[in-house]
Amino acid sequence: MTMTSATPGSSMPKSLPHAEWGRVRSGRRTADRAMKVIATGFTFLAIFVLFWILGMLIVKGLGGLSLATFTQVTPGPGTEGGGLANAIVGSIVLTFLGILIATPIGVLAGTWLAEYGRKSPLANLIRFINDILLSAPSILIGLFVYVILVEPFRGYSGWAGGVALGIIAIPVIVRTTEDMLNLVPGPLREAGAALGAPPSVVITSVTWRAAKAGMVTGILLALARIAGETAPLIFTALNNNFWFSPTLVGGVSNLPVTIYQFASAPYENWQQLAWAGSLVITMSILLLSIIARRIVRGSK
Amino acid sequence: MTAVTEMTSMPSAPATRRTPKATFDVVFRNASFLAALLVLVLLAGIMLSMVIGGWPAFREFGLGFVTSSVWDTQNDQYGAWPAIVGTISTALIALVIGVPLSLGIAVYLTQLAPPWFKRPVSTAIELLAAVPSIIYGMWGLFVFVPLFAAYVQIPLSNVVEGMPIVGTVLYSRSPSGLGIFTAGIILAFMIIPFIASITRDMLEQIPSVLRESAYGIGATTWEVVRHVLVPQAGVSIIGAIMLGLGRALGETMAVTFVVGNANRLSASILDPGSTIASRIANEFNEAMGLQLNALIALGCILFFVTFVVLVIARLLVSRVKRY
Repeated sequence: MTMTSATPGSSMPKSLPHAEWGRVRSGRRTADRAMKVIATGFTFLAIFVLFWILGMLIVKGLGGLSLATFTQVTPGPGTEGGGLANAIVGSIVLTFLGILIATPIGVLAGTWLAEYGRKSPLANLIRFINDILLSAPSILIGLFVYVILVEPFRGYSGWAGGVALGIIAIPVIVRTTEDMLNLVPGPLREAGAALGAPPSVVITSVTWRAAKAGMVTGILLALARIAGETAPLIFTALNNNFWFSPTLVGGVSNLPVTIYQFASAPYENWQQLAWAGSLVITMSILLLSIIARRIVRGSK
Repeated sequence: MTAVTEMTSMPSAPATRRTPKATFDVVFRNASFLAALLVLVLLAGIMLSMVIGGWPAFREFGLGFVTSSVWDTQNDQYGAWPAIVGTISTALIALVIGVPLSLGIAVYLTQLAPPWFKRPVSTAIELLAAVPSIIYGMWGLFVFVPLFAAYVQIPLSNVVEGMPIVGTVLYSRSPSGLGIFTAGIILAFMIIPFIASITRDMLEQIPSVLRESAYGIGATTWEVVRHVLVPQAGVSIIGAIMLGLGRALGETMAVTFVVGNANRLSASILDPGSTIASRIANEFNEAMGLQLNALIALGCILFFVTFVVLVIARLLVSRVKRY
């Protein structure tokens, strides 16, 4: 015990500057140093890029941000002023529509994988396919929804946009739900079953409750994931410069597609609005991700 | 754990014992089973809709659709070759730049960073993944592209002009900053968080006994990483890279902003080009008839390429842990 109580560092003589290296060949020493410098440099480069992007958004976006941004509708070509009110509301509607579609399906599917399917071949297949859907290009999901919902009904609609976002969100929710349910200790389920509760009651009032924080995180992460999606909306909800119809039929204005269309437009107020919109959307998404992260950390 | 305390406090409430209904149990079980099946249906549906939607183009042009370089909307002639080459070359450039960066970051996070610094750095890297793709496009087009044109593309073109091979591959006829290479750089930063965080987790799972024994026989940190950690995590690192490749192949908005959207094929990687995704995003809303089918057929090709890449990636990654 007395020998282990000494920390490894304290036995090293501090007076010698290169004591730790001993008789290490200089080539090995250089390789080691080079690797450390390169790895550190790469990490700081990535962090630098993140802050560069955020800095750019703040510098260019803050100037375009005013009360009008949130109260006025997007301007037409050559019209002065204008805001992003319809695009912001449209984005919120589409995103929540997507989450509303994806949450029940994703939670139930994740529950089936964790509680019923478990290690069966079918469950393994579904798990595998879900993981593939998780990283499938979102543009393909947009095309898919175009083929099944836009083309047959002869027109873009908010419903199609919501479905497209929902399909992107489903695999995220399935995955986190299953992971979180797997963390719930088995004896908890057994205790529920021992009280005479059928599996469905055990799941809904014991397992789900125990995994609630994690499941909410999954939904928040899915929300963050779909809030900035642009590509699938181009083919489904499209965009317009007016207040969209409450039935969500026809183009529904939304922030990502508005940014896409306004960013490289020749009108200065459009560009300004694109930057303001970018700032709003990025900050909301980063905030959502950070909140989701906090919940995970809190529940651990 | 909250569930336990709540359940023990139940008896204090008035005893309203519900007899569990058998129907709810069956309904719940079947509903969750159907929801799980829907995942399979979705993938099958995406595949089918791509094949059916693109079928007229495949039938019209046959194998020529893949090998032809003509994209002529006036005469309804469509060939996917430039877009396929653009997709693959942007993704490969992204890997060449992104993989060393990601591995460096993973090594820094697991081996070098002081403990208090790990979490903020990890969060920052992961937030790179949360930034929407369109914002990368804005950053690329308005900030990165002008800098790249002025400080890299124009000087480089002046240097390599007239040289054999290098003079073709690296010479840009229109040094606007837009192009395949720029798209690759932007994509590299977009895939870094995915590759880096999976690799980090893989490295963290390696039992520290292995590391300690390597240090114990006098290995330097570099040697531990090179000869112990990388071989241990090798397969899953390749899986992580494939996962990044899958992302890079299908990325749309950022690429559409910076790739230049040229329909012709250029020998130079600094010249504008297009990818499958960027062409679909660009032309879809104005497309009609056969052009629309040709675009969906492009989507079909993208689907099968990414599907194969992602299947390999998942198989490699799942050997260690699910991702």
